[in-house]
Amino acid sequence: MSSVLLAAFEDEERLVDAIGKLREERVRIVDAFTPYPVEGLGAALGANPFPVRAAMLIGGLGTAGLCWFIEWFSAAIAFPFDSGSRPHNSWPVFPLFPFEFGVLMAGVFGLAALLWSTGLPGLNHPFFDARLSARASQDKFLLAVAMPETTDMAFRLRDRLAGLGADTVEEAEL
Amino acid sequence: MSAIVSGAEPLPPAGETAGAPQGERLTHVDTLDAVNTLVSGPLLDRRRWRRWWIAMIVASLLTILFFGSMIYLFYEGIGIFGNNSIVVWGYPIANYVWWIGIGNAGTLISSMLLLTHQHWRAAINRLAEAMTLMAVAIAGLMPIMHMGRPLYFYWLAPYPNTMALWPQWRSALIWDFWAILSYLLFSIVFWYTGLIPDLATLRDRAITPGKRIFYGALALGWRNSARHWHIYQTYYRTMAALATPLVCSVHSIVGLDFAASLMPGWQETIFPPYFVVGAMYSGFGIVVVLCAAARWGLDLESLITIRHFELMAKVMLMAGTVMFLSYATEWFSAWYSGRGVDRRFLTFEFTGAYAPLYWIMIFCNCIVVQAFWFRTVRRSLTAIVIISILINIGMWLERILIVWNTLSHHYIASMWRLFYPTLWDWLILFGSLGFFAFLYLLFARFFPVVSIHEVRELVHREAIR
Repeated sequence: MSSVLLAAFEDEERLVDAIGKLREERVRIVDAFTPYPVEGLGAALGANPFPVRAAMLIGGLGTAGLCWFIEWFSAAIAFPFDSGSRPHNSWPVFPLFPFEFGVLMAGVFGLAALLWSTGLPGLNHPFFDARLSARASQDKFLLAVAMPETTDMAFRLRDRLAGLGADTVEEAEL
Repeated sequence: MSAIVSGAEPLPPAGETAGAPQGERLTHVDTLDAVNTLVSGPLLDRRRWRRWWIAMIVASLLTILFFGSMIYLFYEGIGIFGNNSIVVWGYPIANYVWWIGIGNAGTLISSMLLLTHQHWRAAINRLAEAMTLMAVAIAGLMPIMHMGRPLYFYWLAPYPNTMALWPQWRSALIWDFWAILSYLLFSIVFWYTGLIPDLATLRDRAITPGKRIFYGALALGWRNSARHWHIYQTYYRTMAALATPLVCSVHSIVGLDFAASLMPGWQETIFPPYFVVGAMYSGFGIVVVLCAAARWGLDLESLITIRHFELMAKVMLMAGTVMFLSYATEWFSAWYSGRGVDRRFLTFEFTGAYAPLYWIMIFCNCIVVQAFWFRTVRRSLTAIVIISILINIGMWLERILIVWNTLSHHYIASMWRLFYPTLWDWLILFGSLGFFAFLYLLFARFFPVVSIHEVRELVHREAIR
């Protein structure tokens, strides 16, 4: 957990502008909270969606492979049933089940990776103690910057945030 | 630790932050909080639900009828349906194809419009996705009801059993089972993922502890972090990219149920793509009706606008024209093949016992929709809703006629026999409509019918234009 200053902006343009300027001034940006996804902001703050993509690919292909194996094993080895003289290993119809179930499991693996990457479910996060936190899901664009070490610097940073257009600044823990 | 150090605004209670005063309708939504108020307002207060209760009572009665009929069916067996030894498929299969088509359309609409950056989807995608869940769930019940021994439906899944039996992978029934199961679960995941940020909004706007806990638990602690949004969007878009081929494959498999046979009128390569277009067609029709109902019932005129209906009318016009072309291709292929059985089947379609229904189907699916060439019709809500209902009647007729026409007109004349529906056929059909309405009303009562976070983004996009 780290102490931050949470600044609320009216719109995304002011938030993005503030992040750019604060970065130039070497202020450490901890996170931002927005009512809708702001294009490019998450990537700029270092979010990495690779685990989600990898999980979906591995989950989907792995499941599809397993399904195909079950089909082949059951139809050709375990229960070779003659249906209209069709070959036991009827590969042209085998892709249907692996595709359907593979896509489903890609989604399920992706969801698991999404939850793991974002630390959810997390019903009791300290962010919710901040009064401004409820506005992030509604109408305010919040910026969390690392709390400076000294009180004097903290005051200067608050003034700076207000100068950049923040209409409210609050101390919080993240 | 949390302390407000400058200029903090106290958070106003839910439903009173912005927008129109109580009792007035918002005619223009131009702020983020107006969107929040408009969509979440009805969910968080106890007023405005009189119409809902009236609809709920009707839907509940039909739902009781549906499950009552189902219980009687399980007790008595499928002899209560109009199926006979020749027309072995009847209403449950037609209902199944119709419902799964409507279900497919929901995800198709949502995912395709997302992938093609159609931002207007924000107002209708949630309605369409929820429609998918309910329609696919109902569709999944239909083949089970049609089974002679429904208690053994799980034999379709590969599981260790003392009989050492395995599923028959070359059977269309197995393809259906996996297609429906996978699609239903996938749709639930897709729908719920899209809902998470909106549940967080409801959590933060709820004023009663019960609602805060309910929405808070379902929101999983979503914090609207920019990092989370980035990962979330990657996942959501990938799901949309996966959903599109999944939907096409699911309804293609339904088409293969027929096309993989050797029957006249069924054994056609056009079936899979024409089933997919038909699904989108009937699905858009139902989405139009649901949008009109939600718009009226929840005062969402400023979010679901005539412009949305006009765009949906254009898509239906395109789909209806493709359907017409598909029918014409079928007719031409049957005639051009020169096979006696196919030509007899074609003649039976236009002049046989079910010909009046066939002509009504052509009227509903191909002719009526041509009215959408006229802008005045596309901008008339009443006209669009009536046409959408007619399209769905036409699409249901198409499903039942695919079954009836082929099965009642076999290769040999000694196997020509007609199907006469019974009361139970009708009760199951109308009961399923009631059950759909029941589920939908529950959804509308507890979850936002419009994607709040996507509309917020849309409002911002419009504002900076």
